[in-house]
Amino acid sequence: MVRHYLDFEKPLMDLEREYEELQRFAPRNDTKVSARIEWLEKRIAKVREEIHAQLNPWQRTQLSRHIDRPHTLDYIQLIFDDFIELHGDRGFMDDPAMVGGLARLDGEAVVVVGHQKGRDVKEMGYRNFGMPHPEGYRKALRIMELGARFKKPIITMIDTPGAYPGVGAEERGQAEAIARNLMEMATFPVPIVAVVIGEGGSGGALAIGVGNRILMLENAIYSVITPEGCAAILWRDGTKSSLAAEAMKMTATDLLSLGVIDEIIPEPVGGAHRNYQRAAATVKAAIVRHLEELRDFSEETILSDRYQRFRRMGAFREE
Amino acid sequence: MTWFKKKEALLDEKAGDALWSKCNACQEIIYKKELERNLHVCPKCSYHFPIPAQKRLAIVTDEDSFEELDRVLSPLDPISFRDLKRYADRLHEAQQKTGLKDAFITGRATIHGSPAMIGVFEFNFLGGSLGSVVGEKIARMVEKAVDEKIGAIIFSSSGGARMQEGILSLMQMAKTSAALSILKKERLPYISVLTDPTLGGVTASFGMLGDIILAEPRAMIGFAGPRVIKETIKADLPAGFQRAEYLLQHGMIDFIIERRKLKATLGKLLALLYH
Repeated sequence: MVRHYLDFEKPLMDLEREYEELQRFAPRNDTKVSARIEWLEKRIAKVREEIHAQLNPWQRTQLSRHIDRPHTLDYIQLIFDDFIELHGDRGFMDDPAMVGGLARLDGEAVVVVGHQKGRDVKEMGYRNFGMPHPEGYRKALRIMELGARFKKPIITMIDTPGAYPGVGAEERGQAEAIARNLMEMATFPVPIVAVVIGEGGSGGALAIGVGNRILMLENAIYSVITPEGCAAILWRDGTKSSLAAEAMKMTATDLLSLGVIDEIIPEPVGGAHRNYQRAAATVKAAIVRHLEELRDFSEETILSDRYQRFRRMGAFREE
Repeated sequence: MTWFKKKEALLDEKAGDALWSKCNACQEIIYKKELERNLHVCPKCSYHFPIPAQKRLAIVTDEDSFEELDRVLSPLDPISFRDLKRYADRLHEAQQKTGLKDAFITGRATIHGSPAMIGVFEFNFLGGSLGSVVGEKIARMVEKAVDEKIGAIIFSSSGGARMQEGILSLMQMAKTSAALSILKKERLPYISVLTDPTLGGVTASFGMLGDIILAEPRAMIGFAGPRVIKETIKADLPAGFQRAEYLLQHGMIDFIIERRKLKATLGKLLALLYH
């Protein structure tokens, strides 16, 4: 398997290459080799832990966008059964940057929607790098409305750099599409759990993010604008992204302390892309636990719980 | 041409600022007094200049009917934000410049006798950006409209969500939209008036949620800014892109309203929806 290393992961690269080569080609019964393998294993684990114990916000941003990171459809496959994907906004087109459908979660019927990124060049283009057009939000809304009507909990997975800044997207009203989702999601009388699995970029992320619970993976980010965009506007220099990432307080830890999210979902050491199964199992356990808590809420309580959750957000003083 | 040049020269000198304004749309140099008499509308191309919140209120509400609400709300610096300047300093400067605590004024007023909760952006306050105070004021004015069983009108003029309050600014979009869902459920009208410029998170929340959406002539209205779009698609933008007339053509707004007819039109709309 070809691994993609981020800059700050470079100390791992040589160690892991040697380890893999020895594993594959060295004679099994050579004690020198097995001693080396054992040493490498320990060393790799230690270096990895050291790197990941002190990630700065910009490094987390890079991890949240890692090309090997599990995307919505990966999680859907590993978490749900009987997933049936639904397509189209019934108005203009099917937007591949947003996916969704019906599925079962431990036997219970649910509705799931999420942004979808691509992994290779061709799929990245097809998925428009996970940046929906207005049709994507409208498709998500249509699928979530099924949940509201047929009383199925709604699970959303957020992973987008943001809405697509294009002519067609503006002409067809992406602002209206996002706004409508925000308003309509506030009215669905079923539990909604939103999970930020990668990049939570601005309005495009929030458009499927109005949940009773908002969970966030350890290396995910969630921000009002991309660090690049923020740097270009406030520093007048797009290369100051790492400063912007720092200043905007966009990591899971920051958002938990700001009261915006409910829980940080831990990732396997090195990031979710290092172990899909384990990452998905942890995400699933968190979703199930929160749905369990919401199960006994009346429709009225579900609605007021969600309303109050967002109503409380903000920092101001009354003098 | 020579006269134009002469006026241009006037503007370039320091006196220009006090006496002359340049139209953002047609570049015409206009005598400031004349502009004010004309409700800050360019006499040549009828471009509608952004106007201070207080002026907007004076233009659209019945005399002495406006009672301000939540005047005491003032901003904090929740993430100790600093770019080239500290957010705390930017806030202080904006407060000095505008005499307001933040970028939004709310209150109760009547328009040709019809009552409504009214919210107005002050664009001169950090580009009318949407932060916690603006979001809270909108949520409160909408909840109060529900309590009093009257409609709401918001005049937007904003660069979008306020980056300096980070994720909390983004969340104001959800908060205000959720509040409007209750107004809608209670069958009370909400009119959104989009003025130059309305962009980003403001358009993508309460801006586009009006039962009726109006826009002033030539107002720039969109989600992404034109510069970002141009850089992304690496091509020129269509003529008139993201202007009110363009949005009308694409079915995004109900109609375009000239400032001098704004009050009468809002009065009629409220009356038609109320009775």
